[in-house]
Amino acid sequence: MITDTKNSDRIREDLIRPLHKNSFANRVWIRVLIIVILPGIFAYGHQLIKGLGLTAMRDYSAWGLYIASFVFWVAVSLIGSLISSILKLLNQEWSTPMTRISELIALASIAMAGASIVIDMGRPDRVLNIILNGRIQSPIVWDFFVVNTYLVISAILLYLPMIPDIAILRDRMTEAPKWQQKIYKVLSVNWQGTKEQWALLKKSMKIMIILILPVAFSIHTVTSWLFAVNSRTGWHSTIFGPYFVAGAFVAGCAAVIIAMYIFRKRQKLQDYLTDKHFDMMNKLLVLTALVYLYFNINEYLVPGYTWQRLDGEHLQELFLGHEAPLFWGTQIFGLLLPIILLLFRPMRKPLPSFIIAIFVLIGAWVKRILIVIPTEFHTQFPIQLVPESFHHYIPTYNESIITIGTFGIAILIITLLVRVFPVIPIWETIHEQEVAETPSAKNLK
Amino acid sequence: MKKKNKEPDKESRRNFLKSTALLSAGAVAGAGLISSCTGKPESKGEMVYLLTASGELVQVDPSQINRVRKEKLSELTGRGREGLVGHHWVMVIDLSKCKNARKCMGACENAHELKPYQHHINILQMQDAESTAPYYMPKPCYHCDNPPCTKVCPVNATFKRKDGIVLIDNERCIGCRFCIAACPYSARMFQWFEPDYTEEEKARVYDIELNVPQKKGTITKCLFSADRLRKGQLPYCVSACPNSVYWFGDKMEDAVTNGTTKETRKFSELIKENAGYTNFEDLGTKPQVYYLPPKNRTFPYVPAETILPEPEKKS
Repeated sequence: MITDTKNSDRIREDLIRPLHKNSFANRVWIRVLIIVILPGIFAYGHQLIKGLGLTAMRDYSAWGLYIASFVFWVAVSLIGSLISSILKLLNQEWSTPMTRISELIALASIAMAGASIVIDMGRPDRVLNIILNGRIQSPIVWDFFVVNTYLVISAILLYLPMIPDIAILRDRMTEAPKWQQKIYKVLSVNWQGTKEQWALLKKSMKIMIILILPVAFSIHTVTSWLFAVNSRTGWHSTIFGPYFVAGAFVAGCAAVIIAMYIFRKRQKLQDYLTDKHFDMMNKLLVLTALVYLYFNINEYLVPGYTWQRLDGEHLQELFLGHEAPLFWGTQIFGLLLPIILLLFRPMRKPLPSFIIAIFVLIGAWVKRILIVIPTEFHTQFPIQLVPESFHHYIPTYNESIITIGTFGIAILIITLLVRVFPVIPIWETIHEQEVAETPSAKNLK
Repeated sequence: MKKKNKEPDKESRRNFLKSTALLSAGAVAGAGLISSCTGKPESKGEMVYLLTASGELVQVDPSQINRVRKEKLSELTGRGREGLVGHHWVMVIDLSKCKNARKCMGACENAHELKPYQHHINILQMQDAESTAPYYMPKPCYHCDNPPCTKVCPVNATFKRKDGIVLIDNERCIGCRFCIAACPYSARMFQWFEPDYTEEEKARVYDIELNVPQKKGTITKCLFSADRLRKGQLPYCVSACPNSVYWFGDKMEDAVTNGTTKETRKFSELIKENAGYTNFEDLGTKPQVYYLPPKNRTFPYVPAETILPEPEKKS
């Protein structure tokens, strides 16, 4: 399949080079991440002993930062399906260099989504009850199964296209430490690049690419149903499924752009993650953000027009009340301004779009908080005969440290994986280069 | 039990049928008193002191003591999940009688070992619209016939019994708090901290019908005093009310008994005569707690403090 031309050799060299040595910066970075994660682990231990009372959650705001983060993680993880499945099925070849980045992000995020749910449980020791006594009528059970399925499929979809690359590493990385060579040897599952192996690989990839789509849509739709099935203002909405999915793609695109920029800088991949790739990714971000904006208008304008008792209370609080700075902050800096700015070509260059993507991602996270928490205080009956602190929710240090820890773990997972595996799919890049250079393709240009 | 002998035949018949259950429950209490005697006691001429149920201190020969079998968790949970088949419990709250005395809340808090800010029953100060009259509204769990909370439970830890009571099994609850999110009436609470128990108190066998001992990381809420119903008694809150606010009974028998006056009436008539209603029927939850409107109030409405002091922080 792959002929050994000069060009393909250079691609191999370029993409493998970053794996050769564990740079000083990388070592420092990993230590920084561990310093972020360790307090989180201790804080979680503390929470296990003392109870969820260490969070700011109380009987009215019974879901807080953890659930909001869970929704955020599920959202970000959806990008894996968008780029390596939807775009691939649409023959969008420009997205090839981003497939692995998106799968890495998907895997790390969905793992942290699972972690956030367990962290949020009052009795994590009873997590197996979901299987032992599971009720199929409960959206949590649906969520439990789709999250796990998506975790497995994401891992497979990350691994499968990587097998030929791992074989390349197995053959080329002969100076790597023993453990690393061992990983390559085991994971390359005796890949020799025979015709049968290629046929098998392509077929299984195709199956996985199609299989991940319904799972990806289910996972975030079901996540939205955790809220939408409750007759509570701000949650009980029929568009919650598509609203969440659209928002997820926005968050995911932003995460990919951030990761692209960092890898391009760190691994000197300017030739592979070009301005054109940034341009296209940002256009994709604008497209998804426009869809999301449309859902946002639906979600806030319609109840805002009727202004029913609880909807009115809820929206008053969001538009003009305590949550207004956060609400307008995310809507303007996390959605509206990015859409407008990214319409201009210079803003789609790597650095400006990297900065914009950071705003979008932070906005996406804050938005999840605004979806989960304010609703809980707008109850049918007045909140009475509880302490003052039960009337609002401001995260405690302990839960903040835990949440930050999950971010640290997600980034650490990605960092460790790209330490050992190439960020850009090698054989797919070579393959595309060759297709592009065949005479017929040239004629098409 | 004794108090209730004056009640109509139907009530006493039910009480009689339940007396066996009462005896066994009393025996459990006795077992607690002699729990210090472990192993098979032998007669050595020494007598042991025992406190009887009536409060007398008596001497007994150790060989005379028969250890009463303690009820097992599986038995309590098994019968608790089954419920008192053949009944459909219902509560009627007469809003015109409520003085915000909060005796019901106190009795409930005691029985279920709750913190001051945890309310299986809460008395809300309501005002439906700007120009309408304010009133006090006791709010227990509504034990809905179409409960949103049990629908969403992933592990069947909260469930609807055959007698209509929505119960919680805190030996199974995973603490996901989905039911809190689902309940439109804010009837559910969570044990955010370890309850203040001694080791002994904590080691008690969990009674699903009393939800005691309370357990960290699980849900707690009104149970219609399922343990009292099993003994043929009225719920804690209903019995504690000094102002005849509460009626409690069985929809199947179409009879409700007032907790203060012990008067028993036809449920359907009581509702019909007084234009009884349930809250938020539009949600389709079919609550089993009915209200009689706050018309011709017995007591004047005096606004009271609605915010409690912050709970003490434990180190």
